Amino acid sequence: MKRRAALVMAVAMLVGCQREQRDLRLDPPVAAALDQVAPTANGIGGAPPDVYVALGGPYESNAYNLGEGKRLYTWFNCKGCHADGGGASGPALMDGWWRYGADPVSLFVSLRDGRPNGMPAYRDKLTTEQIWQLVGYVQTIGMASATTAAPSRNDEMQSRPAENRAPAAADLPTPPSR
Amino acid sequence: MRLRHLIVSVLLPLAAGGCAGSQSALDPQGPNAASLAWLIGAFTIVCGIVWLLVMIVVGVALLRRRGAAEPADTPLAEDPGRERRKGAVVLAAVLATVVIVTGLTVISYLATHSLTAASGEPLVVRLRGYQWWWEVTYTSPSPDRFVTSANEIRVPVGRPVRLELSAADVIHSFWVPSLAGKQDLIPGRDNQLTFTAERPGIYRAQCAEFCGVQHARMALVVVALPPDEFAAWLDGQLRDAATPANEEEAAGREVASGKACAACHTIRGTPAAGTLGPDLTHVASRQTIAAGTLPTTRGSLAAWIADPQGVKPGNKMPMVPLSADELRAVSAYMASLK
Repeated sequence: MKRRAALVMAVAMLVGCQREQRDLRLDPPVAAALDQVAPTANGIGGAPPDVYVALGGPYESNAYNLGEGKRLYTWFNCKGCHADGGGASGPALMDGWWRYGADPVSLFVSLRDGRPNGMPAYRDKLTTEQIWQLVGYVQTIGMASATTAAPSRNDEMQSRPAENRAPAAADLPTPPSR
Repeated sequence: MRLRHLIVSVLLPLAAGGCAGSQSALDPQGPNAASLAWLIGAFTIVCGIVWLLVMIVVGVALLRRRGAAEPADTPLAEDPGRERRKGAVVLAAVLATVVIVTGLTVISYLATHSLTAASGEPLVVRLRGYQWWWEVTYTSPSPDRFVTSANEIRVPVGRPVRLELSAADVIHSFWVPSLAGKQDLIPGRDNQLTFTAERPGIYRAQCAEFCGVQHARMALVVVALPPDEFAAWLDGQLRDAATPANEEEAAGREVASGKACAACHTIRGTPAAGTLGPDLTHVASRQTIAAGTLPTTRGSLAAWIADPQGVKPGNKMPMVPLSADELRAVSAYMASLK
């Protein structure tokens, strides 16, 4: 009995050793393959590259990637247009209902190639990996329920509940259907 | 015998070697570091003597033969003469402790107080800490003579330098042991540090507050130059980037301003005007790249651009896909930016 309890404890402790992996150096061929999205004809929705699926969607479920995306969101002044709650020259991204799609492939295409009415293309300013990191982070902005992975906290005042907390958008009205 | 040999021939020279060099608080090259080194010496000697005395007293107490005068059957019996002697010893020890601690407090206060006392008009340099590099801005009474550089501070010999310290992301700490003590760089709160270099030389500095995965590779050098050399160098830094001398360098400039490089780096005189990474206008004039990680050569510049995450994993510079020709051109251009 005692031995079995010790065994269970040992297994539980070993599970505790599990630590999130940070992939700091993406292999160049993988980075190149991650660029191969297959959007639909109108550029909204589509299929992610096979390697994205093979990697297990690390840009939505890995806290390090989400944190890097959050840093890039500030560094590349996404806030300048998509400010929380208001937006200045671009729409606020808090409701999760977005003109050009909220799925990863649509977001990737929006960031890489730009969109009409002002969204610039970041193809020559960001690497493919950085665009995917931003895609992951931008999804958490409009998220209606908390996930297990969250970026690091804000250094400035929070204008909305932190990403790792309960539903941020629960009190918002349901997105209009199209 | 062999052990003693090992200690004498290997460990002692190693230990003594650690006292000198370009990064040592025990080999001061300026008045601030000298007063700190003096303080370290005074504390070591006083505390060493106290430790030695305490060890001697403990040793004597342990080894002393018990006197026959102590009757074993009445351990609580009091001898008035003995009690008086004990009281005198305790009183003397307490008094000595008070005197020593007060003395050390006073010399510590005086030494640290002298650190902020600078004579003469200081050169004001802004130092901003980033994960994991340093931005250095030389200020001047006229704003058109501000110069931004990175990972290397050049100072004139004999003139006090006031560093205005700030941080962009997390807490860093600036420590150049040969010239001054540590001072933290704290986001949202500006700090100052004044020091003077007395002799020309190259002094290594290091971030002294853990600031993330590449904290260990967040170094910089302080280069002390004779005042006229410093003025000439500063005039050179004010100029725009060197124009490409040949076709390869010209192609490199196109790559640097057309690819993602320009989103983060500034090269004055070209379209590259990003402000997220180090200013590269005169990158080849600096001794190291990537905050003391590699010496500045064309080869190491190419290695760094080709695979920044292999050289310094976790740093904020991404691997920008370049063809072999582009990499050759951009490294030639970077190496030409003296």
